[in-house]
Amino acid sequence: MQFGIFSVSDVTPDPTTGRAPTEAERIKAMVAIARKAEEVGLDVFATGEHHNPPFVMSSPTTYLGYLAAQTSTLQLSTATTLITTNDPVKIAEDYALLQHLADGRVDLMMGRGNTGPVYPWFGQDIRTGIELAVENYALLRRLWREDVVDWEGKFRTPLQGFTATPRPLDGVPPFVWHGSIRSPQIAEQAAYYGDGFFHNHIFWPKEHTQRMVEFYRRRFEHYGHGSADQAIVGLGGQVFMRKNSQDAVREFRPYFDNAPVYGHGPSLEDFTRETPLTVGSPQQVIDRTLGFRDYVGDYQRQLFLLDHAGLPLKTVLEQLDLLGGEVVPVLRKEFAALKPAHVPDAPTHESLVAAKKVSA
Amino acid sequence: MNQRTVVVVSAGLSQPSSTRLLADQLSAAAVSAAAARHIDLKVQIIELRDLAHDIANNLLTGFPPAALKEATDAVAAADALIAVTPIFTASYSGLFKSFVDVLDKDTLAGKPVLIAATAGTARHSLALEHALRPLFAYLHAVVLPTAVFAATDDFGADSADGTLRSRITRASEELARELERRDPVTVLDPFALTTNFEDLLKTM
Repeated sequence: MQFGIFSVSDVTPDPTTGRAPTEAERIKAMVAIARKAEEVGLDVFATGEHHNPPFVMSSPTTYLGYLAAQTSTLQLSTATTLITTNDPVKIAEDYALLQHLADGRVDLMMGRGNTGPVYPWFGQDIRTGIELAVENYALLRRLWREDVVDWEGKFRTPLQGFTATPRPLDGVPPFVWHGSIRSPQIAEQAAYYGDGFFHNHIFWPKEHTQRMVEFYRRRFEHYGHGSADQAIVGLGGQVFMRKNSQDAVREFRPYFDNAPVYGHGPSLEDFTRETPLTVGSPQQVIDRTLGFRDYVGDYQRQLFLLDHAGLPLKTVLEQLDLLGGEVVPVLRKEFAALKPAHVPDAPTHESLVAAKKVSA
Repeated sequence: MNQRTVVVVSAGLSQPSSTRLLADQLSAAAVSAAAARHIDLKVQIIELRDLAHDIANNLLTGFPPAALKEATDAVAAADALIAVTPIFTASYSGLFKSFVDVLDKDTLAGKPVLIAATAGTARHSLALEHALRPLFAYLHAVVLPTAVFAATDDFGADSADGTLRSRITRASEELARELERRDPVTVLDPFALTTNFEDLLKTM
């Protein structure tokens, strides 16, 4: 099982000091956080993509390309890549190039983006979000798999005799996850192609996650990619830890109370009960996380959200020490002991290359 | 007897509340009118005051806490809705509107809705027609022709069979008639996919 972190790249004032990091500080902090993730033994770092303040991550492959040079084992991923407003041609090329630079340590997660105003900035309309995701991804797959593509669709200029360059590393496109909170069409899309399905599993009650994953697994089997329990599932999660749970609650509360997404709403206690958020000791995080398996089955990737709501870099790095030092080693052991042999790990470039050789 | 359910939403804030009083009179009359048409009408009352914090939290977080989820699910599953609000500053109360705002957009489509309101004076009575009726019409609800307004005067001792009573009876009759000519409501699963992926692809 893969463990890692994902970031939304928000620039948020620290509510305890009132100070917001500069964009430069936040961007460099995201580099420090990803490097630290590798150092403490995590497997994956995934970044969001946003084209509006207060976020800084508009160009994930610029950032991930830099990270590729700064890291050696970390799997570089996205959460999510906007399959609706990005040109699929550009996604095909950007991530193929990144694959080469990162020696294959690359996968992506497709998402639609839920900010209405962003769509028209890129000539699109949020009301056609699902259709955009379906058409653009169908084209993206062909661009990675066929050397010369003739193509015509609803949303983009036709292509005649087009070759996306560079070609994917070793002729193997990056593995793709599809992320959606509650659109069954996207779970269906992931199942149809035998791709991974990721549920962000933060900010929302677990019932959404459970229903979507159940649906994806059933349809994965329907499309003949394997049995339902062999489908490739990833989950998000949100934690804040200190040795003593009371310290964690006390320290995190002002960040929670003022957080951009849920701040000034439910209490920390309510939100912890109703969503997968865990604020407490490393042991509490271990127990809660192991419990995710009870409602999604054996799954392949667990990403945590650590760096948001204005938490200072120093605190985030301390969280990573706890996550990598105390939590993930236990989770690795426990999840591995529970997982039946026929349930696969998340695909990597190496496993996809090996699978290609077998099928060739 | 056919089984049907009606959810009664009461947005009164004080306890006891005249809004709840009107809601209770309407639901009792609806049960009688339904019974006359061989419908066993089950009534579930939702007091928005109890859900006020949950409603605000739903607006902020995008999902309903458990108690509010139960309430919105009940509205979705109901065969009809009786919606009763106090008139505040010439319109429905903010709490009432916020509850309507957190319902999924198709929840009320095609559903019979009896609209009713209370206020201190009869001068507010048309708020039902120019605030509540268009609100529910926008949501594709079937708003019953008779809207029931009760001012403080209407609850006076001489009103036992006065005009308020006759409006309640008429609206309840309309509600029962709508229930009678409809099949029971079935709730669509929001996670259910209605097409398969090959069909989605073909539309491209």
